[in-house]
Formats: sequence, structure tokens, C-alpha cells
Amino acid sequence: MAEAQKNSDLEKISFEDALLELEKIVRELEAGQGDLESSITAYEKGVALKQHCETKLKAAQAKIEKITLNENGTVSAEETSVDG
Amino acid sequence: MEKSLFDHVAEEERKNTDSRANAPQEFSVSQLSGMLKRRVEEEFGYVRVRGELSRVTRARSGHLYTALKDEDAVLDSVCWKGTLSRLSVQPEEGLDVVCTGRLTTYPARSNYQLVIETMELAGEGALLKMLEERRKKLAAEGLFDENRKKPLPFLPEKIGIVTSPTGAVIRDILHRLAERFPRRVLLWPVMVQGQSAAAQVAAAIEGFNALPEDSPLRPDLLIVARGGGSLEDLMPFNEEIVVRAAASSKIPLISAVGHETDTTLIDYAADLRAPTPTAAAEKAVPVRSQIAAQIRDQENRLILAMQNRLQRHKQALDGLGRGLGQPARLVETAVQRLDQAALRLEMGLKNWLAQRGARLRESAARLTPAALRARIAHDGRQVKNLAERLETAARRKAENDARRLQNTAALLETLSFKKILARGFVLVTDGKSGKPVKEAAKISEGDFVGLQFHDGNVSAIIKAKE
Repeated sequence: MAEAQKNSDLEKISFEDALLELEKIVRELEAGQGDLESSITAYEKGVALKQHCETKLKAAQAKIEKITLNENGTVSAEETSVDG
Repeated sequence: MEKSLFDHVAEEERKNTDSRANAPQEFSVSQLSGMLKRRVEEEFGYVRVRGELSRVTRARSGHLYTALKDEDAVLDSVCWKGTLSRLSVQPEEGLDVVCTGRLTTYPARSNYQLVIETMELAGEGALLKMLEERRKKLAAEGLFDENRKKPLPFLPEKIGIVTSPTGAVIRDILHRLAERFPRRVLLWPVMVQGQSAAAQVAAAIEGFNALPEDSPLRPDLLIVARGGGSLEDLMPFNEEIVVRAAASSKIPLISAVGHETDTTLIDYAADLRAPTPTAAAEKAVPVRSQIAAQIRDQENRLILAMQNRLQRHKQALDGLGRGLGQPARLVETAVQRLDQAALRLEMGLKNWLAQRGARLRESAARLTPAALRARIAHDGRQVKNLAERLETAARRKAENDARRLQNTAALLETLSFKKILARGFVLVTDGKSGKPVKEAAKISEGDFVGLQFHDGNVSAIIKAKE
């Protein structure tokens, strides 16, 4: 339950924030700040953030869609290719 | 054909010769054409002429043939291939331009023409002035303020691109995006020049912004792009509606219009101005491999830092543990003390009992009848001794008392009757008992009596009784 909660929280974090947070945790751990308990928590969070970042990186995939305006004023998109 | 220059020049020449001689000098056509050519080229070696471009023709050779015209005149013009590529303006039909170059003639056709060296838009000065005024006006409204600039997302999920669906611009952007970090791209196709371009570009920016926050089509970064072109070509991106749309975009916006040296008003309103469409793609996303390396580096440092941390704690713990001593040893000491205490307790009890036993035995041994008998004997002796001493003492006392009494009595007796005796009386005593004889009746003839005088005793026999 708590684990699921933590993952959904992570899901909302932007890539940059996750990376910044990861860097912060690494700096703090390297500086030896905090007690052991909190450093273990920080480490676990760091690992989760790293996985989150890697997932985002792996998800990198090009997809080109062209916006079309419908008659009723709404907008839709269809995949397209612009090569050539 | 219009009236050629030749006629005019020939007339001039004729006038001149008329004033010098009656018979005009005779020239061959070539001579005259050559003279004319030299004259024209000397006179008009460098001219600056304004006109509208017409009959623009690119020859197979790559040279450009056109004509400059105004309301009343036309000037044939040519731009050689080498010069053409260096022109800052792409010659197009109807453009109002100012050209510099030299005049020359084309004797074969009895023609003269301008050889174009430079070309610029005639209206440019006025246009630039108008744009500068517009820029100031919009700046005064605060549309270009720095505090309106939104930071670009580090890694956008979806990128909205407003540009032409065909041509090099969109291809360049997509290629660069694919190289760096493939992303989902939403292309909003628009015309990028011409009458309706500005309205379409503005509508596209607003259209992307009008998408709901949770729409799968809403991008988190916009790129408005167009390739290079003349000032007129780029004019849609100077239009107020486009500038206002860019300024009020909630989605961070990168402008990439024209070449590096071109600046349009949308650049001032954009959150970031990219010099080229390719540069816009570079500003839009980081390089994926670099980010991946960065994350790997962070991961390594994370693990290393934690390992160091745990190692440090372990060492600290070990140190403390040593300081704390081994519990078993502590207990051992206590157990040893307890054992010793128990032993001493046991021994103590035994000793105590032994001591007491010994003392008891000793006492018991001394508690024999002999001892008592000795004591009794001793006591008995003492009693006997005391009794003897008591007897002796008592006898002696009695003897003393008796003697004292006797002496006293004797003394008393003596003293009492002796005095009388002195006065001539004699005490008669019974010869046997020695007792005084006080009555004559008690004496019989022949009895022995004692006669006591004051100076001695004599015995007597009674001779007669009277």
C-alpha cells in the first residue's frame, strides 16, 4: 500500500526534478549528513528516483502527429511522416 | 522596343561635330557602338537605382535577367550567377528594390543594361522603422518583459511545432530531435508566408494553449519555426497577432524564425529565441546519452556513498563494541565471584561448625566428674580448713575469754579479800575443794584447811571444834 503510494508520487515528478533530487541525495550521502536511519531512507529514495529516470529515458520514442482542426472546432491528431 | 539610347547619343554626337565641321565624321556601326559603350561605362560605372523588379528570369546558365521599372521607364538588368548568390534579397517579381551596379551596353542588340552588384529592398528602411516603432509599442505594454519569460522544461514529453508541414525546417527539427532525444511531436501545420500566415501561426499558438491541461495532445513546449527569407517573407512573424499570441502562451515557447542574423518581433516575445530551427531542437531537449551517463554516474556515487557510510558505521560500531567489552566476560567475572562467594559461604559454614564442634568437644571434655570432684575436694578442703580455723579461732577466743574472766575474777577475788586479809584476817578454804569455808559448821575436827594470809598460805588441821 505504502509502496504503491510512493510509486504514484514518483510518477508525478518531472524528469528534471527527479534528477535534481537524485543529485541532491547523492551529495548529502557523500557529505555524510543525517543519521543512518534517514540515510537508508534517502538511499532507497535515490534508487527509486534513478529507476524513474531510467524508465523515462527508455520511454524516449519519436512519434510525429499532425494536428487537424475539425469542423466543430475541436482538435485531433493523426500520425504522420514528414520524410521526403 | 523603346526608343534606343543610340538615337539620342547619335544626335548628340552629330550636334558636336556640326559645331566643329560641316561634314560629319563617318563611323562604322561597331566603332560607334564601341565609343558609346566606353562612354556609357565611364559615365555610369557605379550607379544606384531604385525600381520595381519585373520579368524576373533565371537562365539555364544560372544568370538572372530582369528589368527595373517605374511608371515611365524600364531598365534592362542582369545579375551574374556569382553575384546572385551573394544578394541579401531574393529577387522576386514586383519587389521594390534599390540596386547598385554599372551600366553597360550590349552592342549586338543595340541595347544597354544595368549589371547588378547589390540589391536591397527599397522599402526596407521604412519597414524597419515601422517594425521598430511596433517593437517599442509592444515592449511598453510589457509583452517582452523578462519576468514574463517561462523556464523551458528540462525534458519535455510532447513538443508542439508550429511551422510548414513541408520543407527543410520541420525535417531539420525532427532529425535533430531524433539524434538528441526522440520525443512525441505534434505538428500544427501553417503557412509561413503570405497573407494568411500570421493569422494561422497565431491561431496555432492559441490552439495549442487552448487544449485542456489533461489533454493528451497538449504539448509542454512549443517551437514556432520558419526558414530563412527576406524581410517581407518573415513579416508574418512581426505581426502583432503573432507576437501577442506568443507572449500570452502559457506553454513555454521557442522561436526560430529565419537565419541567425534575422530578428523578428516574435523573438522578443518568445521565452527563448533560437537562431535556427535546428538550434531550436537543441534547446528543446537534452542529449539522451549524456543524461543516461549522468544517471549512471549518480547511481554509482549513490551506491558508493552508501557503502562508505555503512562501512563507517560498522567501524564505529566495532569500536564501540570493543569499548563495551564482551558480555560473556562480564558474566564470567560475576560467575567467578559468585562461585567464590558460594565456596566461601560453604567453607565458612563448615569452619564455623567445625570450630563450634571443637569448642563443644573441648568444653564437653572439660565437663568431667573428676573436675567436679577436684573442685568439690578443693572446696571441701577449703571448708575443712575454714572450719578448723573457725574452731581454732573460736577455741582461742573462748580460752582467751575464759582466761580473761578467770583472771579478772581471780583478780577481783584477790583484790577484794586480800585487802581484808592484810588487815589481819585469814581466809579459810577447804583443803580439798579449795573453796572458802565460811561457816564453822562446815568444818569438822581433823579437816585439812587452808589458811590464807595476806602474805601466803598455810595448811592447818582443825584441832577442835568449839
